[in-house]
Amino acid sequence: MSRSATDIDAKRSTYIGLIAGSTVVFMGLVGIGVGLNERMLIDPILSLGYLFVLTVPFVAGFVAANEVVLEGMEEPEKGSRDLLAGGIAGLAGGLVVGLFLVVLNRFDLSEWMPRWGDQLLDLFSFRQGVGLGIVISLVVGAVLGAFGGGIHVLKPEAKRLLTIVGVSVLTLAILEAVVDDFLGEIGLKSLARLLYASGGGLAFVPALIVVAIATALALGFKGKGTELKNQYDAMDEGEQKKYNTYMMFATIATAIILPIFLGKIVNELLANIGLFVLLALGLNIVVGRAGILDIGYVAFFAVGAYAMAVLTTPEAPWRLNDTFANTAFSWLPVLPWLVALPIVVVLTGFVGLLIGTPVIRMRGDYLAIVTLGFGEIIRLLFLSDWLSPTLGGSQGIRNIPGVDIGIAEVNGTDPRAVFWLVAVFVALAIYISHQLETSRIGRAWMAIREDEPVAEAMGINTVTTKLFAFVTGAVLASFSGAIFAAKVGSTFPNSFLLLVSIIILVVVIVGGMGNIPGVIVGAVVLIGILGGPKQPGLLAEFSEFKLLIYGALLVFMMLKRPEGLIPNAARTRELHLEEALQDAWLKGEKPGSDDDEAVATA
Amino acid sequence: MTATQRKPQKVWKTNNWVDLFLTAIRIGAMAFIGVGLLAFVLEQAGGEGLTGGAIRGLFVTGISQGAMYGLIALGYSMVYGVLGFINFAHGEVFMAGAMSGWITSTILFENGMWEGEAKFVLALLIVLVIAVIVSTLATILIERVAYRPLRESPRLIPLITSIGVSFFMQNAVLGLFGPASKTLPAPPPWMSAEYTFLRIEGTKILVLVIAAVSMAGLWVFVERTKTGKAMRAVAEDKEIAALMGIDVNRTIVTTFAVGGAMAGVAGVLWGLLFRGVSALTGFLPGIKAFTAAVIGGVGNLGGSMAGGLLLGLVESVAPLVILKPLGIPAVSQLKDAVAFAVLVLILLFKPTGLFGERLAAEDRA
Amino acid sequence: MTLLDIKNVTISFGGLTAIDDLNFHVEEGEIVSVIGPNGAGKTTFFNLITGLASPDHGQINFEGESIIGLDPNEITARGIGRTFQNVRLFPQMTILENVMVAQHCRTSQKIWGPLFRTKAYKEEEALIRKNAEEVLGFFGPRLIGYRLHQPAFVLSYANRRRLEIARAMATQPRLLMLDEPVAGMNPMETAELTQLIGKLRSEWGFTIVIIEHDMRLVRDVSDRVVVLDHGVTIAQGSYDHVSTHPDVIEAYLGRSAGDK
Ligand SMILES: Nc1ncnc2c1ncn2[C@@H]1O[C@H](COP(=O)(O)OP(=O)(O)OP(=O)(O)O)[C@@H](O)[C@H]1O
Ligand SMILES: [Mg+2]
Repeated sequence: MSRSATDIDAKRSTYIGLIAGSTVVFMGLVGIGVGLNERMLIDPILSLGYLFVLTVPFVAGFVAANEVVLEGMEEPEKGSRDLLAGGIAGLAGGLVVGLFLVVLNRFDLSEWMPRWGDQLLDLFSFRQGVGLGIVISLVVGAVLGAFGGGIHVLKPEAKRLLTIVGVSVLTLAILEAVVDDFLGEIGLKSLARLLYASGGGLAFVPALIVVAIATALALGFKGKGTELKNQYDAMDEGEQKKYNTYMMFATIATAIILPIFLGKIVNELLANIGLFVLLALGLNIVVGRAGILDIGYVAFFAVGAYAMAVLTTPEAPWRLNDTFANTAFSWLPVLPWLVALPIVVVLTGFVGLLIGTPVIRMRGDYLAIVTLGFGEIIRLLFLSDWLSPTLGGSQGIRNIPGVDIGIAEVNGTDPRAVFWLVAVFVALAIYISHQLETSRIGRAWMAIREDEPVAEAMGINTVTTKLFAFVTGAVLASFSGAIFAAKVGSTFPNSFLLLVSIIILVVVIVGGMGNIPGVIVGAVVLIGILGGPKQPGLLAEFSEFKLLIYGALLVFMMLKRPEGLIPNAARTRELHLEEALQDAWLKGEKPGSDDDEAVATA
Repeated sequence: MTATQRKPQKVWKTNNWVDLFLTAIRIGAMAFIGVGLLAFVLEQAGGEGLTGGAIRGLFVTGISQGAMYGLIALGYSMVYGVLGFINFAHGEVFMAGAMSGWITSTILFENGMWEGEAKFVLALLIVLVIAVIVSTLATILIERVAYRPLRESPRLIPLITSIGVSFFMQNAVLGLFGPASKTLPAPPPWMSAEYTFLRIEGTKILVLVIAAVSMAGLWVFVERTKTGKAMRAVAEDKEIAALMGIDVNRTIVTTFAVGGAMAGVAGVLWGLLFRGVSALTGFLPGIKAFTAAVIGGVGNLGGSMAGGLLLGLVESVAPLVILKPLGIPAVSQLKDAVAFAVLVLILLFKPTGLFGERLAAEDRA
Repeated sequence: MTLLDIKNVTISFGGLTAIDDLNFHVEEGEIVSVIGPNGAGKTTFFNLITGLASPDHGQINFEGESIIGLDPNEITARGIGRTFQNVRLFPQMTILENVMVAQHCRTSQKIWGPLFRTKAYKEEEALIRKNAEEVLGFFGPRLIGYRLHQPAFVLSYANRRRLEIARAMATQPRLLMLDEPVAGMNPMETAELTQLIGKLRSEWGFTIVIIEHDMRLVRDVSDRVVVLDHGVTIAQGSYDHVSTHPDVIEAYLGRSAGDK
């Protein structure tokens, strides 16, 4: 069965295009286009806003041309058909946007939707007015769609080259703050000035140079990655271990040295990322390993921070007010951070036990909602006037001292030191997670996650084992909370909203549940680029939309890649090994199948 | 491990302390409530407690809020009954109804429809119909995009997805309509007057009447129509229902749609009662409605409605009747905490709800 | 010595009495088969013993002590290991991990050991590992070697069944309960497993209760056969006795056949 070059599923392409067009319109109305337009990526030609808007038809074209080939069917030859399918999708998308331009021009809905207006019109029509704008959106849509479809036609090497070049340019553009900062600190400010335009964004000529360099490198190092990996795989266990140790030391050295060459803003960012890595590692044990969906996880972060604040702050509300709390606890001295830490950890662990015990036997989905409830109860208590003599109510606790480590005090004014402090605890958390996960307890967690009743029937006390995971998660969160209090110097109930829990959950899921490196990468990428609940990321322009993106990401991950973007490498490799392999191996080992042998003796 | 005749080696473990701890929590909770109630009774006897009027006010407020929780709870209950997962985004479906209520009522107000008697009733009907359409469409869309592909996955997966949907919708509406809280036009003066010997405000009566009518409509639909029977059959056992020639997919969509419609009605009522809506309006009522569904027994429609009323009452009365007598200041701040505490307590004492769950065999656990 | 003694046990689900006033016992070192038509209550019977279901009334004594009301993990710790009719492995865990985790109740390392990799911890891990390889090795080379570190879901159906038995063996039971161990296996695999079940007693010292529909296996391994129907014992004794018992034939062939 061979098909002509124009034989495509036009209906499907159109459908995809219509969805894409509506997505673009939605993005416009939510404000993503205009809001992100301030940020230039490549100076005069590409802003973040356009990048977002223009990616949609491209992806639509790619998806439209991505036919599902049923098993046993002849795979259709790649060619102009893909371009056509992509083009149609892009055109349909362009049509939607064009129609929207007409509506936008004709009616005024700005009373309801603040983004409705001329700015949006300018964005979608490329400042050319409605008439020309419609033509442009059709053309741009069709062309980008065709490009997207055309990706399928490319040879694998070309695809790889394109990806590498695209990713390097974008990375450099996104990392502007970091690179600028770094170059400034090592005295190469002038290079940074050359690289980036004054209004932000990679300047055009340097962008071309980056493209050239990336191409050269990509071609030059072709196949080197796989080669290295093969080499690593070929090593025996001892050698691999040695290699891993080297890698570990290299990472540690980088973590120690790099911040020295980075300025305040970037170190601040790194410290924030570190706090979220800590939280994500903790939640990873609870959700990823033991399979307990805790969406009130922020509670432990809050308890850690508040406990630290109450113990270490000389002007804590309860020391100043003449209240019951004051008389009951007045013997408690103001503690330095390091002394308070064990108390904070034990206290948070105890709160974990207190919350965990009633919920741990519940059905998984009820447990999720109840933990959410506990998270909110704790926040509401922190907020209430009832406990405000101790915890400050909506005023929170201020003037929390930093961490006195003898030679200096680590606090928010020196993000570099905070980063080092966080890094120590991240290392500790990684160590704890890793050691526990690979131990008897870790195996029991996994078994419970896989099949709880069977785990119980195999002799595992599911209640205590799950509780242990819950409490361990709480303890890791308390590290983060304790540092957070010292870093920010104040704690407010509003720093501990439900959305913190959800963002951490997204980080864990994107990184791949139960997978330590994945979770760390997930935190670095997401918190680094989009930012945390209150903390800006590299693309600070996102602050308004990041929650929207986190939500979309969560849905997308569950629908498309529940195993995470960075699945456990070992597991994936094993996925490809077929049962046939085993039989071959058995036959090789033992001439004559063992089944024959069994018959002979039967 | 040498082969023959091994005696099992040492055994460590016992989770008796967990049970003890649980019992302690239960007793503690009972004691707390008991002492609070006692203090309240003493206060009343001492003549320094609440006046009869205040108590009546608390009841009326509680019941009218509870009616809305009940309406929203129906959606949770039906979806859990049929698919066995918590549709966390249901609160946002409610919010969509409330937002549409804001838009339509403002437009009608600007066109002079939001006054008089006949005109107002007609306008209200329009607002209700549009809100029902919006919420129903929203929930059908969500089902199609986010839940249908996950029909066969373990139940935590669609739950996480629905959390994502909820988060997405909140922030999408925030982006689309701006963060400011929206104010609905004030209803005509005759609506805010007080009626009957109980002196209930007109809006609250309206809320109760509309809620009762919707509930009755739903009851007729589920118990008396073919589609309703199909819904019950699918809730009982999907495979057998399919064998009996029921279109399971369509029935599931209908379930979502009916739940969405009820949430839409609740959204409009919320707008009428509080006159303020925003993108975050759906969150708390959503969780509370879920609590109501659990109180009444998930899958049990009458139970959900009753659970809603009960929760509304408790939430409105308990802070003043239990917490305040214990000397806790500013108890009204703890209203939401009380609702969450009710959820925890009901799951601690009677996880199958007061009126019993109605779930498919595979979802009972 | 009577290892397991069950007296007057009844359980019903709604209107259906799945096990009705059942009496049953297993002597130390015996191999007992439980047979019966589909829905007779055999799996429910296993669930009662292993604590996955609790009887409405009646007594279950293991080694002379009542085990009613104990959690399944406590019962396993006392020395009852089982497999499941519908193979329930931990699919994402490796084959080795599946068997190592089953020794949970025989080990005690909690926090300190794993965190600091103490000597006791290392010894315990080494012991678990050795035990694991030993039980896996029981099935020949097919579950060991490079297989150890593969996730369980890559296994073939027969190997999953074998792994499940290995996992039950790893809990170090005195009483091993196998629910349809050869279901879905081909005749050769069945014959091999029949052999192995014999070895489970002679070499490993397990007392064994088997639910099985495959009559050849039942004939070859059992000391005693118990026939369940509608939750009641309708016959028991040697295979030959039971296989010719009129009630049994009736239960299998249906009443109408008997009436004629
Ligand atoms: N948890 C339960 N709830 C309701 N009914 C149950 C439950 N478990 C078992 N049953 C019923 O009890 C009866 C006995 O089931 P059981 O699984 O013990 O049969 P079986 O003898 O193992 O059958 P098979 O040979 O098919 O495995 C069946 O009718 C079954 O439907
Ligand atoms: Mg069975």
